[in-house]
Amino acid sequence: MTETDISRPAPSAPPFPQDRTCPYQPPEAYTRWRGDRPLTRVTLFDGRPAWLITGHAEGRALLADPRLSSDWGHPVFPVVVRRTEGRGGLAFPLIGVDDPLHARQRRMLIPSFGVKRMNAIRPRLQDLVDRLLDDMLANGPVVDLVSAFALPVPSMAICELLGVPYGDHDFFEECSRDFVGAATSGEADAAFAQLYTYLHGLVAKKQAEPGDGLLDELIARQLEEGGLDHDEVVMIALVLLVAGHETTVNAIALGALTLMQHPEQIDVLLSDPDAVPRAVEELLRFTSVSDYLVRMATEEIEVGGETVRAGDAVLVSITLMNRDATAYQDPDVFDARRNARHHVGFGHGIHQCLGQNLARAELEIALGSLFARIPGLRPAVPLDQVPIKAGHDAQGPIELPVTW
Amino acid sequence: MRITIDRDRCIGSGQCVMTAPGVFTQDDDALVALVPGQEDGAGDPRVRDVPLACPVQAVTVTED
Repeated sequence: MTETDISRPAPSAPPFPQDRTCPYQPPEAYTRWRGDRPLTRVTLFDGRPAWLITGHAEGRALLADPRLSSDWGHPVFPVVVRRTEGRGGLAFPLIGVDDPLHARQRRMLIPSFGVKRMNAIRPRLQDLVDRLLDDMLANGPVVDLVSAFALPVPSMAICELLGVPYGDHDFFEECSRDFVGAATSGEADAAFAQLYTYLHGLVAKKQAEPGDGLLDELIARQLEEGGLDHDEVVMIALVLLVAGHETTVNAIALGALTLMQHPEQIDVLLSDPDAVPRAVEELLRFTSVSDYLVRMATEEIEVGGETVRAGDAVLVSITLMNRDATAYQDPDVFDARRNARHHVGFGHGIHQCLGQNLARAELEIALGSLFARIPGLRPAVPLDQVPIKAGHDAQGPIELPVTW
Repeated sequence: MRITIDRDRCIGSGQCVMTAPGVFTQDDDALVALVPGQEDGAGDPRVRDVPLACPVQAVTVTED
């Protein structure tokens, strides 16, 4: 076993995260970290050394391991993005807490995201997608696929599910975008405060005049029965609203871009309705919109011949796990016919995406309908001119001009 | 084939339902349940993949 101490930074440990060049391929540097070892050492922007888990099996085992914490409120929880600096102590429900608190919060929400519920909303998602495609066809070409299609689909879907008035979407889409895309912690905090104030008012309004969304159910079942306080309901609403926006928009846009760059795979997608769910799973594997997850070790853990010590920053590379050649044959080939089972596009362990079956429904309907209605869809600019998000953000195009 | 489910661990991801839909389902709480009459796995080979597909090890499968 190699005896290494992560607290002594290795001078050669490369920076993480790094920006992609191709929107759907890992950065060049990442590909060199694949190989014999399931983990490598990297350096965060503030100089803190961290382990980066790259192996599929090791990453899955660690994401299911209670010795890795997601407690964002811990004073030395790793900071990967400058905008989250100084946020220690602010507990984000679900994503930023460990069991048993996490389990208590998640249990309340599981019924609202169940497989049957998500299948039941498919007809309404289909109507929504059809309307957006009617508008796109009427207004184009050329159209920005992100603002005309990839953003409104998840935005309208999460609003309807939560019971948030979509009429306010310009306001909270901007807050949400600023919150997760801010350059500094001051900007992020300002966007957070606006979103918090908005949702605080909405929850108060719903207490007086109940509707029929998830928030109304939470208020009725939990707030009134004393299971949650007002602040917790507002924070859960905030996490779900932001998570519902900032992930699926990228998955739809990057999924569409990946398909347009592989036109022969569009034929596979359209070959029969059963091909769509399989193609979506492969896109989730291949594109890895959520590029990495952040954890902190609370006890010593042996991984791939290295000793991870209590307090060490542990980053899990979703991108590299999904491209591990020991798990997937020809991992860098996008093959819509592939059985991409056990991909970690939604993570793994207790924090695996709560909204994954909503996301699947959205992606299957959005991408299936997009290419069925507009078979000649293609980017209106060369691939290297499509602006993409920074390496520390959810991965996807900022704008995607398309034509047909 | 003997299937054991642990509803206390279950996080409702639905990976079991996706992997072996004839055998696994979700109840009204959206937690793992076995389809009535299919508790022995109904000879579906995909059932063997469910323990690995489950993100929280809420399903175990043992051969009789």
